[in-house]
Amino acid sequence: MAEIQSYTMNFGPQHPAAHGVLRLVLEIEGETIHKADPHVGLLHRATEKLAETKPFNQSIGYMDRLDYVSMMCNEHGYVMAIEKLLGVEVPTRAQYIRVMFDEITRILNHLMWLGAHGLDIGAMTMFLYCFREREDLMDCYEAVSGTRMHATYYRPGGVYRDLPETMPKYAESRFRSKKQLDKMNSVREGSMLDFIEDFTARFPACVDEYETLLTDNRIWKQRTVNIAVVSPERAMQLGFTGPMLRGSGVEWDLRKKQPYEVYDLMDFDIPVGVNGDCYDRYLVRVEEMRQSNRIIKQCVDWLRVNPGPVITEDHKITPPHRVEMKDDMESLIHHFKLFTEGYCVPEGEAYAAVEHPKGEFGVYIISDGANKPYRVKIRAPGFAHLSAMSEMVEGHMLADVVAVIGTQDIVFGEVDR
Amino acid sequence: MTNPYESLATRIDARFGEQVSRVASTCRELTYEVDKDDLIKVATALRNEADFGFEMLVDVCGVDYLSYGSDEWTTNSATGTGFSRGVERPSVILDEADEFDARRFAVVYHLLSIQNNLRLRLRVFTGTSNPPIVKSVVDIWNGANWFEREAFDLYGILFEGHPDLRRILTDYGFIGHPFRKDFPIMGNVEVSYDADEGRVVYKPVTIESRTLVPRVIRDDNRYSADLRDVKKDG
Repeated sequence: MAEIQSYTMNFGPQHPAAHGVLRLVLEIEGETIHKADPHVGLLHRATEKLAETKPFNQSIGYMDRLDYVSMMCNEHGYVMAIEKLLGVEVPTRAQYIRVMFDEITRILNHLMWLGAHGLDIGAMTMFLYCFREREDLMDCYEAVSGTRMHATYYRPGGVYRDLPETMPKYAESRFRSKKQLDKMNSVREGSMLDFIEDFTARFPACVDEYETLLTDNRIWKQRTVNIAVVSPERAMQLGFTGPMLRGSGVEWDLRKKQPYEVYDLMDFDIPVGVNGDCYDRYLVRVEEMRQSNRIIKQCVDWLRVNPGPVITEDHKITPPHRVEMKDDMESLIHHFKLFTEGYCVPEGEAYAAVEHPKGEFGVYIISDGANKPYRVKIRAPGFAHLSAMSEMVEGHMLADVVAVIGTQDIVFGEVDR
Repeated sequence: MTNPYESLATRIDARFGEQVSRVASTCRELTYEVDKDDLIKVATALRNEADFGFEMLVDVCGVDYLSYGSDEWTTNSATGTGFSRGVERPSVILDEADEFDARRFAVVYHLLSIQNNLRLRLRVFTGTSNPPIVKSVVDIWNGANWFEREAFDLYGILFEGHPDLRRILTDYGFIGHPFRKDFPIMGNVEVSYDADEGRVVYKPVTIESRTLVPRVIRDDNRYSADLRDVKKDG
């Protein structure tokens, strides 16, 4: 009888643990992986080419749809690149709002990651717990931009509008009693900043809850400790960034090392892993949520006492005030030109990178002086991480592939673009 | 206080001399153009020598400079005749010349030095050859693997020495390189399910190209070089 050496198995593209449309072709011997060949691109929408056919402002919405669990951070990279080319100054209040929403987004992303990662390797409760807190943050998105996910809130020169004075409230419904309703709405009586401050007060206890479930959990540790160990040298060689790099023990965070907006004024720490395995990356991300919470609190305190403009007054780039348009010719012209043609960006090239929840999200724009970018290149952190998939799963068991997909925090919106 | 980028530029100029040439940048970024024959030598030195220490390749990006600086409207004479958003585009002719313009295709590398906290951009033009070809940097930075596959897929740039140069983002069996400027935005084929034949069929694309906002280039004095300098120094 001929002995079977190894065989090839197809994983995905429709698989609940593949976090989207990932197709993996696995070369397996028994249950041990020899080689993994990820086939990506099933969600390729040519975002970069589409952006080349539209005025600069009209592509902000596409950025939300890249990594669709950390929307505003994507926008941030894109508008920063445009601002760099234009040489626009962003008002300080807008910078604080951006930092606050970047960190809200980071928590949103890490909650999604924790819930899905937990679910993948056998911790159902995590998913439910994480989505409970995500809901509050989604409400912040909604309050400030009108949509829960695809906000288009950051604009070149600032943010679309100032923080609202009220929070939307839950409506009466036959599914919940008056008492429940009052309890749910009790934190939504004040302004949005009140709501966020209340969130920052209760969130650390929630993180404690997650940690109670996972950090010392025997099953969790069996599934993550010593799985997919990446040395710091390899991590840099493979182009890892963000928690993937920090999990391997490299202290590198753009918010500290190449600070943008007002991150240099913020007090926070960078968690770093030791062993570079899935468990360390888990610990790094959980600690990042706590640090983000600290940053949000600092931003809330500053924003409370410092009113001011949230978008630049240069109406060649930003729309004029509605009221002024009624009797000011100049404003009317600005409005018309901005919405029919957009603005021309000086010739040149710029690369702007932000510390996205997943790693370094960079946008490289080449402009030839037109009202549309000549070339937009989006550097997605997940793309570099997924390319190391084969190396990370080699020698592990089939079940660990799912743990590695989870630990890489893959979202196909940004990998495939 | 010396600007770390200026001191890096001095070191690069001293070390590589003729092999690299600096490109003027308005955004306080450092860009060098490298001849395609010198790429491997320069890249290896940038990675290994302590003066530079670029241990990480952040991004590899293909660029097609075919229509750089061309607009769809001549704004100076257009006011007399009225505007039509229906920009007339020449029908797409695939550029199948034996030789390309030497400055048509470029590969742009973004490097990051973690130890020195510096960034650097390298640009390599692929020269006249069709298909365009440059040497692969996968052996220097292993993370380049997928980025080079992407540039190959979208621009048709070949990377000599790449271990596994396959398409990555487009469909299995895709024809053409979609990010080239002579590739139409709506594609060449459309896909539908044919109930009679019981399979998916590919047909030439039937939709028409639209322009919502024409591409224009305006002379804007605010960005002219001399005014910019005045603003910065003052």
